[in-house]
Amino acid sequence: MSSIRIKAKERKGSVDVKTLMKHNMETGLRKDKSGKKIPEHWITEVTAESGGKVVFVAAFNTSISKDPYLAFKFAGSKGDSVKISWRDNLGKTDSAETVVK
Amino acid sequence: MNRRSILKATGTITAAAVAVAAFPRLVFAAYSEKAFKNPKVEDSLSELFGSNATTSSGDVKLKAPDIAENGAVVPIEVSTSMQADKIAFMVKENPNPLAIVADIPAGTEATLKTRVRMGKTTQVTAVVSSNGKLYTASKEVKVTIGGCGG
Repeated sequence: MSSIRIKAKERKGSVDVKTLMKHNMETGLRKDKSGKKIPEHWITEVTAESGGKVVFVAAFNTSISKDPYLAFKFAGSKGDSVKISWRDNLGKTDSAETVVK
Repeated sequence: MNRRSILKATGTITAAAVAVAAFPRLVFAAYSEKAFKNPKVEDSLSELFGSNATTSSGDVKLKAPDIAENGAVVPIEVSTSMQADKIAFMVKENPNPLAIVADIPAGTEATLKTRVRMGKTTQVTAVVSSNGKLYTASKEVKVTIGGCGG
């Protein structure tokens, strides 16, 4: 299953996108039981595309909460596709797509 | 510390070590590392926008709680009626203040909602870049339990 959940709803020509990504967002400041620091591991970039066009790009720091939530709005209509993809500092990526309701 | 995070940590430690050693720079290709790994708000802004001259503006709307009980999850919302091309969000006394930078292409509304971590009670600032100028809105958020680990 994808690590991303997306909800996209259109109202008066504006698409409201809400997305939730499952990611540990390790800050690099936390320590494990033996006192060793847990290395940083976080989403660095999230990109949203609709119909092949980039509609939103966000760069995250480690200070974004665990399992990041992101919401934004763009001009679009019902039936448009919305694709969200993220990439973390270890080079892992994931993406998911939905249709605007 | 719970069971889940320990399990995840042991799994990611080796992968992280290998990846960081192999691609020390590559992972930061998408954005300026200097802007994110920077303890000062002003320096971070300079790295991002090439300038740290900001103007406080009532057109920048910042929504954040007055008191955040849990610093690990502080909901924030930034929006503006201005023609913005970038929105950034800073938490002043975090180890690295810059939390998020968003690019706003034409056709996208200048609004952004997310959740951030806050180490302690401090000022949060929304920065909007519009027509080459920076506009800000700030607010003090009280934190009862910090969320930056340690």
